[in-house]
Amino acid sequence: MNQVALIDLLFRLADDELLVGHRNSEWTGVAPIIEEDIAFSSMAQDEMGHALAYYTILHERLGQAPPDQLAFLREPHEFRNAALTALPRRDWSETIVRQFLYDAAEHVRLECYAQHPFEPLAHVARKIHGEEKYHFLHARTWMTRLAQTDESRQRMQVAIGILWPHALGMFETGQSEQDAPFDEASIMEAWLALITPILVEAGYQVPSSTAIYSRYAAPTPDRIELLAAMQKVYRIDPNAEW
Amino acid sequence: MDAQIWQLLESVSDPEIPVISVVDMGIIQGVAVSADGTVQVSMTPTFAGCPALEMMQADIRAALEGAGYERVQIDVVLNPPWTSERISTEGRRKLKEFGLAPPPPMQGGVDGAMLLFLDAIGCPFCDSTNTRLESPFGPTLCRAIYYCNNCHQPFELFKPL
Repeated sequence: MNQVALIDLLFRLADDELLVGHRNSEWTGVAPIIEEDIAFSSMAQDEMGHALAYYTILHERLGQAPPDQLAFLREPHEFRNAALTALPRRDWSETIVRQFLYDAAEHVRLECYAQHPFEPLAHVARKIHGEEKYHFLHARTWMTRLAQTDESRQRMQVAIGILWPHALGMFETGQSEQDAPFDEASIMEAWLALITPILVEAGYQVPSSTAIYSRYAAPTPDRIELLAAMQKVYRIDPNAEW
Repeated sequence: MDAQIWQLLESVSDPEIPVISVVDMGIIQGVAVSADGTVQVSMTPTFAGCPALEMMQADIRAALEGAGYERVQIDVVLNPPWTSERISTEGRRKLKEFGLAPPPPMQGGVDGAMLLFLDAIGCPFCDSTNTRLESPFGPTLCRAIYYCNNCHQPFELFKPL
């Protein structure tokens, strides 16, 4: 795999984690119950740690700027996250569905990358796969729990419909497609095989809508808004000692 | 000399669980002394986003420098990854004494994790296995919250990883 493709892949992974982690942190203090306040705060902290691990590889092995600069000084058009990870905090159903679709994708992706020929990536994948297990367990439990009454199941179904094209958009082909089993089509297939039975068993419909791709398109307003908030303090004085 | 370094590291405690040392936690992967006398310590985080990592690095450095080692180099490595199997027997005993249920053996796989959580975890206070998971997340990244139906105490589990 060439260096340009590796850099592209690492930015996709890191930016997804950083942005979804930031969205998770927006539930701190305002989640519907205290256990979820704790859960989303913990997941935010985990995702920041994972983003740092990927940015560290970019810096130390692939010649990119130091992690803090990558996170806080890049412009919106330089980010490679999927639109799904930047969607704002709206209804609780959308938050849970996003978490489920994203965590499942991360689960199958990391399992795959644990064997990746680029060793630093394989090491990080093995390290964080075990942590992500808890995220997926959490989201999966809520998917089942919220299918129990008609009203909650309907609201969840609406959220699934809204998020589905963005979820498929996570699997957009990169700057240079990787060989199987590391290609996006294979990872998406594994993702569908993991989530479809869970959705069906809980009584949800699997949508038939198609993907909205966003990683390389003009930055979405959500991404721009998120980065403006997240980068604001750092940019006041990038040379400050913390 | 290595033995003395390990002994010094035994005195450095985990900032989040002060009764247990960084050695018992299994986060020290190795120590070596190079020809010029530099002490090299390689350590690995329990969870990648662990906020205590920098504090532990500073504590390790302080312990070694305090004992007269002038050149100390601490490397953070991710391979092999930390797992809860790395916690020593002594460490597990201390976790329980501290009121934290030690992590059960990890089978791997999401379904494995599901089963583990449905499975009864021993209450660190009364040893009953009549317990239930309240939340897979707790006050630190490495803990989950349980409730003991027998002694009616909430307790925390050190998550298997």
